[in-house]
Amino acid sequence: MKLKELHALMQDIEPFAQPKVQLEQYPTGADIASRMLYTIESMFNDIEGNIVVDLGTGTGMLAIGAALLGSPCVVALDVDADALQVAQDNCEQFEDPLPIDFVLCDVNQLQQQQRLQADTVIMNPPFGTKMKGADMAFLQAACSLGPKQIYSLNKSSTRSHIQKAALKELGCSSAEVLAELRYNLPATMRFHKQASVDIEVDLWRFELPAAAAAAGAAAVKKMKRMTNRMMLDLPGQR
Amino acid sequence: MKLLTHNFLQCHIKGVKNGYPLNIEAVKIEERDADFDPDFLRSMFKRIDWKAFLVGAQALGCAEGLPEAVSEEQLQDDGFLQKFHHALLEVCLEEGSLICPETGRRFPVVKGIPNMLLNEDEV
Repeated sequence: MKLKELHALMQDIEPFAQPKVQLEQYPTGADIASRMLYTIESMFNDIEGNIVVDLGTGTGMLAIGAALLGSPCVVALDVDADALQVAQDNCEQFEDPLPIDFVLCDVNQLQQQQRLQADTVIMNPPFGTKMKGADMAFLQAACSLGPKQIYSLNKSSTRSHIQKAALKELGCSSAEVLAELRYNLPATMRFHKQASVDIEVDLWRFELPAAAAAAGAAAVKKMKRMTNRMMLDLPGQR
Repeated sequence: MKLLTHNFLQCHIKGVKNGYPLNIEAVKIEERDADFDPDFLRSMFKRIDWKAFLVGAQALGCAEGLPEAVSEEQLQDDGFLQKFHHALLEVCLEEGSLICPETGRRFPVVKGIPNMLLNEDEV
C-alpha cells in the first residue's frame, strides 16, 4: 500500500468529541499517523505479520493504520471508555472487519498482565504535561509487553532524558530518534490562548534485546549510516 | 473480544496466583470474518496456551473439532487450520463477563471490550 492510499483511508477517522484535558487527549492526525506507520512498515517491516499493541489508542488512529498495513492482530488499549467508543465507531467505518481488539485498562496496571506480549508496540503517549511522568510510565509499560521493538512519539525536549532511561533503566538495546516532527495542535483545549500550538516531537525506535534478529540489527545499522534526523515533510509546516 | 485476546488476559488483582485462564460467561456472541493465514496460525499456535484456548472455545460454542492435543500433522492440515482459525479469530464475545477462577471477580465485557480496570484496593 502506498503512503497516499494509507493517508486517504485514515483521513475519515474521527477525533475525540470532548477531549479530556487531564488525559492529554489530542488526536494523532492522519498526516503524522500515516507517515509514522508507513515508515515503520517500509523501513523495518515491523507491522505486517506482527502482533501490534497500541498503548493509549485514543481514537484508534494508530491501531487502524497498523491493521490496514497488515498486522493480523492488533490489541488497542486505553483507560478511557469514551475514547474506546470513538475508536470502535471508527473501526466500523471500514467495509471489512479490522483485526483489532480493544481493552479498557490502565497502563500503570499492565505489568501484571504477563501473558500480553507484543511483537511491536506503537504509541503516541501523553507527553507528561498533565500527569507528570506519564510518558515514562507508558515507555515502561511498553517494555513490559516484551516486544522486539517499540515506536513512540515524545516531545523533543525530553530526548536525552528518554534516551538515558531507555538504555540504562528499561533494558533497551538501542534507542534511536528516526525523525523530528512538528506536531501542530489546533486549539482543541479551552485554555489554549493561541489558535494553534506547534510542538517539536521525536519519532523514537527502541529495540529490546533477545529478539534483535539479524534483519533488525542490520536495519538499525542502516539508520545510523543515514542522517540521524529527517524532517518529515508535512504540508504547511515551515 | 476474540479468543486470541482472551488467551493473553489474566486476573491481575494483587496477590492472585491462579488468575488464568479467565472463565467466560457469554451473553452475546458475534462472528466476524478474518483473513485466513496458515503461517500466522502456526506461529500463534506456538504462542498461545492451548488449554486456555479450549476453555474459551467451549464457552463460546466453537470448540467442536478442536482436539485436546494438536499433532504436527494437524498443523499442516487445512481442515484443522480452518477450525482453529475460526475459533481463534472470528468468534467475538460482545457481551458477557470474564471471571477470575480464583476470586470470582467479574470483568465485564461490553460491546466487545473487556473492562480490566482494577479498583484501588485491588492494585
